[in-house]
Amino acid sequence: MTKPVISTHGLRVSYGDREVLHGIDFEVRHGETVVILGGSGSGKSTLLRALVGLEQPSGGEVVVNNTDLARCTAKQLDAIRKKIGLSFQGGALLGSMTVGENIALPLLEHSDLAPSTIEVMVRIKLEQVGLSGFEHFSPSQLSGGMKKRAAIARALAMDPEILFFDEPSAGLDPIMAAGIDELILNLKKAYSMSIVVVTHELASAFLIADRMILIDHGSIMAMGSPNEIRQSSQARVRQFLDRVADSTADDDVDHLRMFTEGI
Amino acid sequence: MSPTESIRARTSPVVAALAGVGAGTEQVLAYLGGLAELVGRSMASLVVSPLKRGRSLQRAVHQATLAGVRAIPIITLITFFVGVIIALQGAYGLRRLGAMQLVAGLVAISITRELGPLVAAIVVIGRSGSSFAAEIGAMRVTEELDALKTMALDPVAFLVTPKLAAMIVMMPCLVMWSDLMGVMGGALFGVTGGGFTPGGYFIATCEALAVRDVTTGLVKSMVFGIVVTAVGCYEGFSTGAGAESVGRSTTSAVVVSILLVVLIDLAFTFLFYSARPGL
Ligand SMILES: Nc1ncnc2c1ncn2[C@@H]1O[C@H](COP(=O)(O)OP(=O)(O)OP(=O)(O)O)[C@@H](O)[C@H]1O
Ligand SMILES: [Mg+2]
Repeated sequence: MTKPVISTHGLRVSYGDREVLHGIDFEVRHGETVVILGGSGSGKSTLLRALVGLEQPSGGEVVVNNTDLARCTAKQLDAIRKKIGLSFQGGALLGSMTVGENIALPLLEHSDLAPSTIEVMVRIKLEQVGLSGFEHFSPSQLSGGMKKRAAIARALAMDPEILFFDEPSAGLDPIMAAGIDELILNLKKAYSMSIVVVTHELASAFLIADRMILIDHGSIMAMGSPNEIRQSSQARVRQFLDRVADSTADDDVDHLRMFTEGI
Repeated sequence: MSPTESIRARTSPVVAALAGVGAGTEQVLAYLGGLAELVGRSMASLVVSPLKRGRSLQRAVHQATLAGVRAIPIITLITFFVGVIIALQGAYGLRRLGAMQLVAGLVAISITRELGPLVAAIVVIGRSGSSFAAEIGAMRVTEELDALKTMALDPVAFLVTPKLAAMIVMMPCLVMWSDLMGVMGGALFGVTGGGFTPGGYFIATCEALAVRDVTTGLVKSMVFGIVVTAVGCYEGFSTGAGAESVGRSTTSAVVVSILLVVLIDLAFTFLFYSARPGL
């Protein structure tokens, strides 16, 4: 078995007094695609942010490439970050630059490639996400789905070893979403990148995942290969996979209490 | 219950009031410490590798255009009128003493020492300090700052350093211009209503001014530039989540900057006064 590129041990993250992740243990091995599933607000984006050192753990640790993110120097952290790409849920493109400049930025800052080479690379990355010809647009001129794809292109710019996607295909039409799935599969096959994807799309999750992690209210509810997950008999996992709404009628008293609590 | 609250609950109003003052002082010191750290960090990244120097310079020049060059029309207008006002006010008193010829010196000294730098600073606060806070605050809300970090780019080096460099260079330039315009405003009154010839007004101004008057204004203005940039950017970085907190940071950037600029001005003026009480 290959060595893990990312591992977390008892990872806890809090916003203020409120703990959002309650002890997460998992690892991502080299060349593996891990899909993180979970309800809205269950802490998936928070987990991704902790994996790249944007959130300080309130407990436990995150180890990337054998470096503990909370205990390394700023230089070490930067060295790690040059080898990762993260596409944010909301895109997070720099509004003061064009799409092309956004994608060129990490290349300009961290490599000594000639401007003409960078220009070609920008076009290639944009082509990969189906945005050819949009390099001179400003992010505000793009639709939500286009922003997302431009953000993916920027995450790919440095040909990273580890890629993080936060809901890459949410808000995309089915054809585009399939294109993103294909892109992820290609990246894995051609460059053996380690990839972590947060998604809500079950079909896409089962297609691209080597391993799946289901998060519920800040804890790991289930983890395993797509087959193991598909055959899981855990009630909450089945509910998620079979798309069953939270039943509201099962306990009327509890339900009533929820609304009247604290009054 | 926070420590101060519990102290308040248990003790006399006097002690509680003192605790309040203590907590307030602590907050002010923490804020000033934050400003100093920000300035220190962005100064440190002024010294960059040759590879990056070109692009940092480009960004600084861009900022200098936004914050400096574009402020010239409004500064021209305001300081020119301030010059006229000072001349009018001065003439009102000096005429009765029969000392109309002193108007030129009065305008020159009050503009170069005080009003030129102050007016320029306030215009720059309104135009640039507020926009620094809004820009960085909005970037925080949209996770653009986080995106910079994940690309291994330091938001301070990327955003603050060019602004700081631009302001340190542009503020003195703006103040020189604003001094000149203020004197022109004074001259307008001097020539049309004060009985000066244009040449006479010019000579009277030069005679009244010492080089020190201008240089102290320029030194002050450099400090103003640093403070305005630091407060604007600091407020931007400490923006919370959501659009309304961007608005709040913008407001406090302006208010805090004006307060600090006036306090620093006071300190400088006091210093010059005590250093040479005779002047
Ligand atoms: N900046 C923040 N400050 C305070 N609380 C936050 C912040 N960001 C997220 N949270 C809280 O943390 C919890 C997890 O949020 P997170 O964004 O990780 O959810 P998510 O699983 O990504 O949801 P979604 O699928 O809707 O994107 C939420 O309950 C949210 O209220
Ligand atoms: Mg999310």
